[in-house]
Amino acid sequence: MSNLEDLYREIILDHYRNPRNRGELATPPAHKAEGFNPLCGDEITVYLHVEGDSLVDIKIAGHGCSISQSSASLMTAAVKGKPLEAVRGTIDTFKQLMTVHETSLDAEFDPEPVNLRALGELAALQGVVKFPVRIKCATLAWNTLTQGLNDLP
Amino acid sequence: MHERPIVYLDTAATSLTPRIVIESMQRYYETYHSNVHRAVYVTAAEATEAYEDARIAVGRFIGAPHPADELIFTHGTTESFNLLAKSWGRANLTASDAVVLTEMEHHANLVPWFQLRDEIGFEIRFIKVTDDFRLDLSNLEELLRGAKLLSVTGMSNVLGTINPIAALATAAHAAGALIAVDGAQSVAHGVTDVAGLDIDFLAFGAHKMLGPTGIGALWVRRSILDAMPPFLGGGGMIADVSLSGFSPAAGIAKYEAGTPPIAEAVGFHTAVHYLTSLGMEDIAAYEHQLTASLLGALATHFPERIRVIGPTTMEMRGSVVSFDVEGVHPHDVAQVLDQFGVCVRPGHHCAKPLMKRFSLAATARASFGPYSNEEDIETLVTALDEAVRLFG
Repeated sequence: MSNLEDLYREIILDHYRNPRNRGELATPPAHKAEGFNPLCGDEITVYLHVEGDSLVDIKIAGHGCSISQSSASLMTAAVKGKPLEAVRGTIDTFKQLMTVHETSLDAEFDPEPVNLRALGELAALQGVVKFPVRIKCATLAWNTLTQGLNDLP
Repeated sequence: MHERPIVYLDTAATSLTPRIVIESMQRYYETYHSNVHRAVYVTAAEATEAYEDARIAVGRFIGAPHPADELIFTHGTTESFNLLAKSWGRANLTASDAVVLTEMEHHANLVPWFQLRDEIGFEIRFIKVTDDFRLDLSNLEELLRGAKLLSVTGMSNVLGTINPIAALATAAHAAGALIAVDGAQSVAHGVTDVAGLDIDFLAFGAHKMLGPTGIGALWVRRSILDAMPPFLGGGGMIADVSLSGFSPAAGIAKYEAGTPPIAEAVGFHTAVHYLTSLGMEDIAAYEHQLTASLLGALATHFPERIRVIGPTTMEMRGSVVSFDVEGVHPHDVAQVLDQFGVCVRPGHHCAKPLMKRFSLAATARASFGPYSNEEDIETLVTALDEAVRLFG
């Protein structure tokens, strides 16, 4: 059962049970972006409040599985209050973590190319790559955030 | 991936395929593989005979009075509904008409009607689903008033509810409407008799009833079929083609353009033969017992934790059991179950309006086939215990 515990790490279950930055922000001044996973029915709304070059606040609404919800919660904790450039950097690093080559799936997992230290608690989601069907759950909030940033006026 | 044997509880998505079905298709490919209705050589005649024999066997299986002239082979239930909407629907519906559907329909019996509605502009009405997961027939007469068609599932692929088709057929006909039935689930799990039920159309697919993927059927009452225009255009569906146009073939051929799924028809034939030898009444009784056993096990082991999304009594209830584990998303339930080799389906089951009706985004669904057994239920319960333990 070690695989399951790789996926459902304590940090992930904690963020699922006690999601951080859950709720809504008034729009405007905040912006919102909506993401859907049509295959499983998961829906997420990301509220972004940007002032100048900084993401001063972020909130998440919607519903989904433990992986999509904890990933969203971990994401908000990682990017809230950060300069936009740093936010984009974190998104890139996370997406890199979720992109795994076939060869590393059955061999020892080798996270070498990804700077796990820079990810902090987000590194807990690395077990997801061993369950390829669930990668889209983990990336839903991140893709929605990217879309929100791209849509900023 | 798995050290444990597979516990297959996803028959509602697709059934397992008996070896004799696979072997019959292999025999076709190895010994008489040819196109049908064309050449004169021996194997071509054999292939044509096998294809037409399959039509008769599948037609008899659902009680068709004239199987050779009434059973159109399609690529599955979804294509059957598209054929029904685009052939019968386009020829018979106008902007002032109405089609009655239900809130528990699969997308295959919703989207083709929406597409046609957007083109023609008729009204679509819905029979609601009650809080105890049955069709709300209290205003049926009103819903059917002036309607041309009632299209309804025989058995919900989410709730397991079996609908009172004979009574619905009587009501539809009394209102001057025809009735189409989605048999994707119901045909595999009990006796189907289109003549006895007095219905007009039945759509179903082979792969949920021990047959291969890629083939299904639309049965159409003979008196209606002749007046329906062709569906897809191409070879096989014509009487004549010139540079100025075409005239369609008569009868069934008109609806089967191109090379049909011949090997799959052979497999479909074997599947209905196998099901008949097991006995549809016996299959229904056996699955009834398994379903009662699963409902009992869920109620006993997880009384506060698991809610069944569907009838919890066995009256008019089939072998599909959707459930919601409080505090655990269906994807996570299915993920934990997968570690025990247990295959269930998480998701909206292509019935999003029904999910919305019960304020759910998704459910986990276990469903039985004739090969399921009590041990499968025990393993499922053990795996659910682990899911509940893990998520607290």
